[in-house]
Amino acid sequence: MTNVLDPTGELQPAQREQLPRVPNLVGKTVGLLDISKPRGDVFLDRLEKHLGDGGVAVRRYQKPTFTRIAPADLKFQIARECDVVIEALAD
Amino acid sequence: MSVIPDGYSGLLLVVKKDCNTCQLIETAIAELQQSRALSVISQDDPQFPAGVRDLKDDRELELSYRLNIETVPTLITCEDGVEQERLVGWLRDDWRRLTGIPSLGEYLPQFSPGCGSRTVEPGMPEKLAYRFGDTILQARRIELAEMEDVHELMFERGWSDGLPLVPPSEDRVLRMLSGTSRAPDEIVGVIPPDQVPCTVEKVAINAVMAGCKPEYLPVVLAAVEAACLDEFCMHGLLATTFFSGPIIIVNGPIIDEIGMNWSTNALGQGNRANSTIGRALQLVIRNVGGGKPGGVDRAALGQPGKIGFCFPEREHDSYWESLAVERGFRREQSTVTLFAGDGVHGIADQKSREPTSLTRSLAMTLRTVKHGKIFGASSALLIVTPEHMRVFREAGWNKARFREELDKYLTLDGAELIRGASGIAEGMPEPYAGRRLTKFAPDGLLIVHTGGSAGMWSALIGGWTATGAKGSSPVTVVIKS
Repeated sequence: MTNVLDPTGELQPAQREQLPRVPNLVGKTVGLLDISKPRGDVFLDRLEKHLGDGGVAVRRYQKPTFTRIAPADLKFQIARECDVVIEALAD
Repeated sequence: MSVIPDGYSGLLLVVKKDCNTCQLIETAIAELQQSRALSVISQDDPQFPAGVRDLKDDRELELSYRLNIETVPTLITCEDGVEQERLVGWLRDDWRRLTGIPSLGEYLPQFSPGCGSRTVEPGMPEKLAYRFGDTILQARRIELAEMEDVHELMFERGWSDGLPLVPPSEDRVLRMLSGTSRAPDEIVGVIPPDQVPCTVEKVAINAVMAGCKPEYLPVVLAAVEAACLDEFCMHGLLATTFFSGPIIIVNGPIIDEIGMNWSTNALGQGNRANSTIGRALQLVIRNVGGGKPGGVDRAALGQPGKIGFCFPEREHDSYWESLAVERGFRREQSTVTLFAGDGVHGIADQKSREPTSLTRSLAMTLRTVKHGKIFGASSALLIVTPEHMRVFREAGWNKARFREELDKYLTLDGAELIRGASGIAEGMPEPYAGRRLTKFAPDGLLIVHTGGSAGMWSALIGGWTATGAKGSSPVTVVIKS
């Protein structure tokens, strides 16, 4: 009988339920996360204006660089301050 | 577990039938058991030696392994359950002294060397260490059904980069681990993109699959360690749509110790160490980190070097200090330097016989990294071959002089480089128009000497678009044994 050893990380991800979707944005705070790719700000400026015109509260955030994962503190801050987050990829 | 029974006083003898010396001393063994307590452990035949009253069948080799036997016959004296002394092979006088029988082996020759114990047959130490030893491997075992093809299984499970793999059996992984003194459960780094802490054992499993020999493992471990450093930014390098991947440059005595190729076709195929070390790193990222093309690896095209890209510097006849020495390490230290780079772009110059001409020539191609009009934050690896190096050596230009001269030809007026200049939309932002700009970031250009002695070519390997604090910086790590 042949045996081989598992070369993978043997991850067993925890199953998490998706949070309930918000029915609309009335009275909610929307976070706009710029990942620091060129022209991401152009896209997010338009979104901010659009949301603002609809009376939605908006907060802006930025990752230091698009090449690294978001710092844990930033993720925590967004989760604490916002109901919804929109992340912009751009170039 | 002790093999010697509690309180046992007497002799232990380990033999195998397939050993001329063991057969030769069969009569002496018979003599021994007349006057001394004797227990014989037979490695290959439970009927040999004939007539022994206390004969232990050790075809499974557990007793021999636990007694750490390397040669047969081995004679061990025991007092009260504790080993006192051991003899290897047949030495008549020593056997007489040790057994206290002055006439032992009267008709035998004075000396006959022993044979290798079955415990040291090729592949056996690892098998026995796995079955009976203390090394505990943590990785999950995957059992194959009788009709299952291990090679197909590895493809189906997604472990392969597209090429066949060596099956990571327990004995191969244990043999691989013998290449390092580091403990199998030591954490080498946290592997992106899944951020998985990676043990020495997991690196060894992937190194087996890549085709590495155990002596390459320290280089692979150093490469994995380097790839996990924050400055190298392996996560972003994996995720990029650009061509880049990790390129490993090896420096120091380990190059020749493990037989790497720094000569003809140094960047090409054909040398096991060059070809498998880089592959092992990529397999760790793929399998441990979960980084796969089409998943987090978003390369638009990629390039063949992403299977694995590793080569050594040609140090022994270089006129310039090596990459590692330039980066602050000692010549006698073995290191890996990781660079986030692309494929190889050849530079031909067969006419330049003086250094200024050759430098201008190289600068012309170096300017094109990323784009000929993007200056200031680029990185590249310039590989100078022996025939081009000769031009600098004959002119007495050291590496620092070359760098200084090169910068002159890679510093241009911003007006030539801004967006729209030369009718090309790509380029530097408008505000740079009044400034002088240098092509490479400080520390952005790595220079390495390697390759065969014929051919007036050098090579450019362009760096990833994201350099420095915003992306990747080259990293150098010392290789631990």
